[in-house]
Amino acid sequence: MAYVIEGATGAWEVVIGLEVHAQVISRAKLFSGAATEFGAEPNSQVSFVDAGFPGMLPVLNRECVAQAVRTGLGLDAQINLVSRFDRKNYFYADLPAGYQISQYAHPVVGAGRIEIELADGTSKAIGVTRLHLEQDAGKSLHDQHPAKSMIDLNRAGVALMEIVSEPDLRSPEEAGAYLRKLRSILRYLGTCDGNMEEGSLRADVNVSVRRHGEPFRTRCEVKNVNSVRFVMHAIEAEATRQVAVWEAGGTVDQETRLYDPARGETRSMRSKEDAHDYRYFPDPDLLPLVLDEAWVAGLKSGLPELPDAKRARFMGEYGLPFYDAAVLVVEQATADFYEAVARGRDGKQAANWVMGDLFAALNRTGRGIADSPVSAAALGALLDLMADATINGRIAKEVFEAMVETGEAAEAIVTRKGLRQVTDTGAIDAAVAAVLAAHGDKLAEYRAGKDKLFGFFVGQVMKAMAGKGNPALVNEALKRAL
Amino acid sequence: MSLDPATVRRIAALARIRVDEPQVAQLQTELNAILGWIEQLNEVDVDGVAPLTGAAQMALRLREDVVTDGGMAEAVLANAPDRAGPFYAVPKVVE
Repeated sequence: MAYVIEGATGAWEVVIGLEVHAQVISRAKLFSGAATEFGAEPNSQVSFVDAGFPGMLPVLNRECVAQAVRTGLGLDAQINLVSRFDRKNYFYADLPAGYQISQYAHPVVGAGRIEIELADGTSKAIGVTRLHLEQDAGKSLHDQHPAKSMIDLNRAGVALMEIVSEPDLRSPEEAGAYLRKLRSILRYLGTCDGNMEEGSLRADVNVSVRRHGEPFRTRCEVKNVNSVRFVMHAIEAEATRQVAVWEAGGTVDQETRLYDPARGETRSMRSKEDAHDYRYFPDPDLLPLVLDEAWVAGLKSGLPELPDAKRARFMGEYGLPFYDAAVLVVEQATADFYEAVARGRDGKQAANWVMGDLFAALNRTGRGIADSPVSAAALGALLDLMADATINGRIAKEVFEAMVETGEAAEAIVTRKGLRQVTDTGAIDAAVAAVLAAHGDKLAEYRAGKDKLFGFFVGQVMKAMAGKGNPALVNEALKRAL
Repeated sequence: MSLDPATVRRIAALARIRVDEPQVAQLQTELNAILGWIEQLNEVDVDGVAPLTGAAQMALRLREDVVTDGGMAEAVLANAPDRAGPFYAVPKVVE
């Protein structure tokens, strides 16, 4: 079902494009030797270049270029061997030079694509228009003083990748899936940590609405929406607003708006009215950036296996359904963990344990996969105990909980608690006989044709054996006795 | 191409330069003279010539990703018109 906004006069389609600013992982800034680390003392990671002192020469950081190229390659995009830096001119207190060095007419990366997966099991290719390198601005703090804003330039000059999508997205869900997928790819590549809370990944959302089949109508840009959830809310709020404007006979003005999460609405940013006249021109301090084809090829050969390829491999190699594979590959650490459990074992069973019991345990203990209370090797050993029939599935759950609790190995817990599965048919037959003797009434009912009671007997026998009976042998013994 | 007074005022506003009304006419004359001079460049036929971004025929120099700068908040803040502790202080700018 296509997503639409139901207006008073009918259904409206929503058209969305995203501009994502991703902070590049590098030690030093894009054009200076100052550090990029998050959370340092204010203005302690600022060079004279970053502070806009006169006469300072920006010198491009090779690794930042490499990161942008890796990202472009990861997005299946064209790498432009010749690109250029321009000055984007505007005045703001956190931009000391009065211009941002960016790439306007000739970005380093051209058209690419991102494959997104949707809840109904379908996938869709979203076009990436371009990716370019630019400087980040400083940070303003507005709540420290009644009449003044405080400026910290530690972030000023840190490298950003601006990644612009085509207006191919048609619902909040698709926009959310695009952002999550992009974040996953960036994290695999190691080019951006994807942390939206710390602001290393920020999204501007372009939204317009139209009747089905119409050309595009005027769009509005909603600035700086800082979580996937807020992006989805902001789109819905802004699209609903635009539908109301059109239906009331008005026109939507192209403008920059701000999303207010507390009120669940967008509002106009008046100060940005003039800002679109950025008077771009080539930065005279910087020559064109010319990349060597062999250098790009070298970066390409060093790329890791990316989520889509890994998902396809998990489906083929471990027999996983699409959904399981898609969930497991989102984070590289999760995929690695799964693979360590699955290798040489039953892949689907491994997926069930990782996505079921392990994820639940991580949630409950508030830990991540990297500091999981049960290691991949330990979980694998537990699966081995099931595979060789030392314990049955129900006991395995109990053993797993004890592993989370104590950090002990599965084998040790099984031995200590005496949970070894009973495969001695004599003992099972004895338990069966005892249960049948104790439930003569039920036995009569069963023999009179109430087949459903079979499950009851299985349960009683397992209970009598403290859950340790081999389920297959218990079933067999019961069938014989009944 | 010639500039009208409104364009002169707009350019001044974008550049954050205060221009008093009597100066507009004078600036208009001066800017138009500059534009007229640049117009001469249009006489050169540049069909098929790649745009030139610099006069130096050399490759852009790149830097290794090593921290070599920073750690001098006092020097950076020394010329700030106003400061508060380790921060620059500016008139409140908030949306």
